[in-house]
Amino acid sequence: MSEVKKFMYVNRKAPYGTVYALESLEVVLIGAAFDQDVSLAFVDDGVYQLTKGQATDAIGMKNFSKTYTALGDYEVSKIYIDKDSLEERGLTLDDLQHLVWEDEDDDWNEKDSIRLISRAEMADLFDEQDVVLSF
Amino acid sequence: MKFAIVINEGPYQHQAADSAYQFAKAALEKGYDIFRIFFYHDGVNNATSLAIPPQDDRNITALWSELAKIHDLDMVVCIAAAQRRGILDENEAKRQGKPCFNIAPGFRISGLGQLIEAGIIADRIITFGD
Repeated sequence: MSEVKKFMYVNRKAPYGTVYALESLEVVLIGAAFDQDVSLAFVDDGVYQLTKGQATDAIGMKNFSKTYTALGDYEVSKIYIDKDSLEERGLTLDDLQHLVWEDEDDDWNEKDSIRLISRAEMADLFDEQDVVLSF
Repeated sequence: MKFAIVINEGPYQHQAADSAYQFAKAALEKGYDIFRIFFYHDGVNNATSLAIPPQDDRNITALWSELAKIHDLDMVVCIAAAQRRGILDENEAKRQGKPCFNIAPGFRISGLGQLIEAGIIADRIITFGD
C-alpha cells in the first residue's frame, strides 16, 4: 500500500441538524493515519462547520468544533473554503476558526491551513484528486 | 476496473441503497471487480437482519446478502456508525452486554480504515447518498 493518492474530503453540510459533518471528521482523523495526500474542502453550508464560537448546549448536541483545530497535528494542512459559499452566507474569514499547522521544513513555523478559493479553482482542485469522498 | 462502493443512506428511506445495489449487480454481471462495499452514516442500517419489509416489496438486506454470497463480496459496516445505530455482530453484542445481535449474513463490522483502504486500492470509489 505504498502508492500515495490524493484524497479530498468534501464537506457540504452544516455541523448540526444531520450527522454528516461529525462523521466526516471521524473519517478524516482515521484517514490521517494512512499517509495519503489529504485536502479538505468546505462548500455550501459546509462552511458553517468552521465557524467560531459554536455553542450547542441549548440543542443538546456534542460540540465537536474544537476538533478542527487538531487537524494540523494530524498533518492535515490543506483546507480549502469556497469563497462564494462563505459570502453567500454573510460570512468572512474572520468568522471562522484560525486553523494552523506547523511546517517541519521551516523550523516548525505555524502556517495558516485555510485557503479561500473561487469556485473555478475548487473545480480544478476536484479534477486533480484520485479519491473524492463527499459528506 | 476495480470498484469500491460507499453507501451513506439507509434502506427504504432513500434510493441510494437501491441504486448502489443495482450498480453493484450490473458491474459484477459485466465482469468488473468490486473490492469492497462500505456502509457508513445511516447506510449501516442496510445490514440489519431484523427489518421486515412488506412481502410484496423488495428486501434490500436479503438482496445484499445474496449478492455477497454469489460474488464473495466484502461488505463492511463502519463500527462507530453501527454502534450508534444499534447494528451489532455476535462478538460486539456479547462485549456490550446486549441481548442479541442483528447483523445479516455477508456483512462484517470493521473500522473506517477499511474505507480509506478501499479508496487507496480501488481504481474508482463511488458514493451513493446525498
